[in-house]
Amino acid sequence: MTRYILRRIGSAFIILWVIISITFVLMHAIPGGPFTDEKKIPPQVKATIEAKYHLQDSVFTQYTDYLANVITGDLGPSYKYEGRTVNDIIGDAFPISAQLGLLALLVAVVGGLAAGAISALRPNSIVDYIITFVSTLGMSVPTFIIGAVFVYVVGFELGWLPVALWRGPEYMILPVLTLAAQPMAFIARLTRSALLDVYQQEYIRTARAKGLGAWTIFIRHALGNAILPVITYLGPLAAGLLTGSFIVETIFAIPGLGQYFVTSIYNRDYTVILGITIFYSALVVALNIIVDLLYPLIDPRVATTKEA
Amino acid sequence: MNRDDFLPIERDTHVGDVSFVVRPNWWQRFKRNRLAVIGACIIITMIVLAIIGPMVSPYSYADQSLLEANQGPSLVHWFGTDTLGRDIYTRVMYGARISLTIGIVAGLLNLVIGVMYGGVSGYLGGKVDYIMMAIVDVLYGIPLLLYVILLMVIIGPGLTSIFAALGIAYWLNMARIVRSQIMKVKEEEYVIAAESMGIPKWRILWRHILPNCVGPIIITLTLAIPEAIFTEAFLSFIGLGVNAPMASWGVLAAEGISSMRSYPFQLIFPALAISITMLGFVFLGDGVRNIFDPKEGDR
Repeated sequence: MTRYILRRIGSAFIILWVIISITFVLMHAIPGGPFTDEKKIPPQVKATIEAKYHLQDSVFTQYTDYLANVITGDLGPSYKYEGRTVNDIIGDAFPISAQLGLLALLVAVVGGLAAGAISALRPNSIVDYIITFVSTLGMSVPTFIIGAVFVYVVGFELGWLPVALWRGPEYMILPVLTLAAQPMAFIARLTRSALLDVYQQEYIRTARAKGLGAWTIFIRHALGNAILPVITYLGPLAAGLLTGSFIVETIFAIPGLGQYFVTSIYNRDYTVILGITIFYSALVVALNIIVDLLYPLIDPRVATTKEA
Repeated sequence: MNRDDFLPIERDTHVGDVSFVVRPNWWQRFKRNRLAVIGACIIITMIVLAIIGPMVSPYSYADQSLLEANQGPSLVHWFGTDTLGRDIYTRVMYGARISLTIGIVAGLLNLVIGVMYGGVSGYLGGKVDYIMMAIVDVLYGIPLLLYVILLMVIIGPGLTSIFAALGIAYWLNMARIVRSQIMKVKEEEYVIAAESMGIPKWRILWRHILPNCVGPIIITLTLAIPEAIFTEAFLSFIGLGVNAPMASWGVLAAEGISSMRSYPFQLIFPALAISITMLGFVFLGDGVRNIFDPKEGDR
């Protein structure tokens, strides 16, 4: 087990190194530097700026410098937001994105499991059909359209909830629902089909034969097995929520990291794009490892030594 | 089950290279699967609309007519007009061409790169497999959407960039699935038999192994194609889509959202187009899963 964990962490560092290198190369493949702008800058000024950001060093020196900085956790200065470092921006904006993401994760998992379970416990009932219909629809409609419809109907027409910014619980409801909609639909479908599978198993029949109540069977015997595909999905889901929050933050004008990322694309603020990419990648890699390590704890049948 | 299933197999004259494909009657099973048929019908309708839709319209997707801007749906402009007076029906139909082309290209890339890569890796095994899969694992750990965005920033928005980005990113899943399926199939007796007869490796892979991986490949395709269309819509939404005045569904929806308050119909039509197509793919995916893997699907 320890060897497996160490190997996973080792490979995580290799992945991160590859990520940093690829990102660095990509950013330097862009024709023109960050200061070859629409505005004409006098050559001396440009030279001073470039010297300040070490842009006149050889690419390799810049690379090793950047790598050394990233290892110490310094993602460099922003080119466009004067006086702010990428770390400042991430420090300011990430807590908001994390809040949004975690709430959406919670809503998606709890809501999805509940809907899937209700659906599977009464297969082919009206409730089942409604849930299946809504979840199929939820998977078919792009997030930004769901968000737009929420903004239009709940925000503008009904006027119940605010549709922009991030200032308190009532500001969170619509963005969280928007972000959670698609994964919730997916989890509901996943749970439903897994539960239906489990209920065909012999040990459920045995449990019934023993005279256990439906609720006990569900909690003690069925849920544990049916939840496994959902847990496998948590890794990709976490990554999906991070990138999904780009859209949601843009629609609802939430000052999170995703919005900074999108604005930085428009601004061509390379260090910010670079920094956020590396930060998110590290996060996703870490989340994947955590999910993989949790999995054998939840499902003892998965041997940790044999890598999938 | 019908009578044909019990007919004796025709004898092959070319003994030694018979294709030992477990080939259940997929077409029969497909026809009986309502979900798959509905899904396929929706998608085919969309493809037909994409081809003939723009032809029956007197407008082109780029024709501006500011006097007719922001008109609601009418007999003249079926879906209304946008802020520049362009006919939304024509634009949605042209959008179908672009979005579906992206889906098809993504599907082809999956087939060509993903299946080949996974096939070679799984069949050769050993060190080659180890290295090839290590590469996939590394790429897999990267949140690819970020790299697609980075790539779009670098090579600039446009249809070619979208294809390039999809080509780099969207074959990993396929490679993994094909590989694990091939690992299973290559232990089968008919493969060993073919090997012992000295049939060349590439031929065994092509004629004996890959046909037996068709199920997982098609299932993965029905997931990969809509994902590509979604990705393009997302990229367009954040301003990295195809170049104006060309418009994919994502671009149209993004434009619709910006004027949603005053002219909701500008959002409704592209949104419906995307959603219905996606619904088609979800149905087809569910159906196909039932066809190829009756155990795993919904009952």
